[in-house]
Amino acid sequence: MEPDVLVVDDSAAIRKILQRVLHQTGMGIHTILEAGNGQEALEILQKQRIGLVLTDINMPKMDGIQLLAALKASPAWRDIPVVMITTEGGETKVGEAVRLGAAGYVRKPFTADQIKEKLVGILEPALPL
Amino acid sequence: MKLEELIVTGIRHATTEVFSTMLGVELESAEVSIEAGEPEANDGVVSLIGLAGPWVGTGSVTCSPEVACRVCSQMLMTEASAVNEEVLDAVAELTNMIIGGVKNGLEPELGALCLSIPTVVFGKNFRTKSAGTAEWIVLRFPWDGDKLVVKMCLAQAEKIHPILHAPTHTCALEI
Repeated sequence: MEPDVLVVDDSAAIRKILQRVLHQTGMGIHTILEAGNGQEALEILQKQRIGLVLTDINMPKMDGIQLLAALKASPAWRDIPVVMITTEGGETKVGEAVRLGAAGYVRKPFTADQIKEKLVGILEPALPL
Repeated sequence: MKLEELIVTGIRHATTEVFSTMLGVELESAEVSIEAGEPEANDGVVSLIGLAGPWVGTGSVTCSPEVACRVCSQMLMTEASAVNEEVLDAVAELTNMIIGGVKNGLEPELGALCLSIPTVVFGKNFRTKSAGTAEWIVLRFPWDGDKLVVKMCLAQAEKIHPILHAPTHTCALEI
């Protein structure tokens, strides 16, 4: 079954770019949903089954690290792969995301190929043979 | 390398990388200057991000409404003919990526820094002034007969606190 993807970023511009990039990947992504921060993302996750989360780190209300921690602490959501897409390049936040169980990390600015390359390794094992 | 050189190199590298990757635009080399004293009045769009940690300061991107619309059009592959919410959001994200890139380059020398959420202002005859620092390092990038200005001011924090939150008020803005 094609996964539904949740894109979490406080920038509408980045959400729009990621929508376009994800459609261009040709990876059979079913639906792309959007949230402006971690809180909104959790509200969507309570209503909808999500196969992949792409999230920014620096966001108001609930940031990407807090969202990742909430997902990994929940038995219902802990297996959802979470990819961090952020300007953060420092070891502090990226290291924290990795320790919490992030499936991957893409630094902004990014190309469509970098996103696709990252998602191939994460989504393909989950696709039916 | 001196801090000033680090900042100039960081702004130059981050700005050209963001334009090349996200907008498909190869920028020409920038004119570098130091701005001190009374800040110039601005017309157009200015986007500001605070930096905090062992060093504190502000990074900004300033451009005309026309350049802001061009940034939005190139970045989102959409038509933007007037400054609206989508244009301001595109400029904010551009600033986030540029100043974030500069921050990443500075961290090995200065220690972990924290970025605030960008604030964007669109208006006429306004001045931006950092409350704590007298000098801004300014890079003016020419772009198709217009320009994009990237600035940063940075000073050592008087008292070092562990980074718990992004800064909320690093800049005084006179409109």
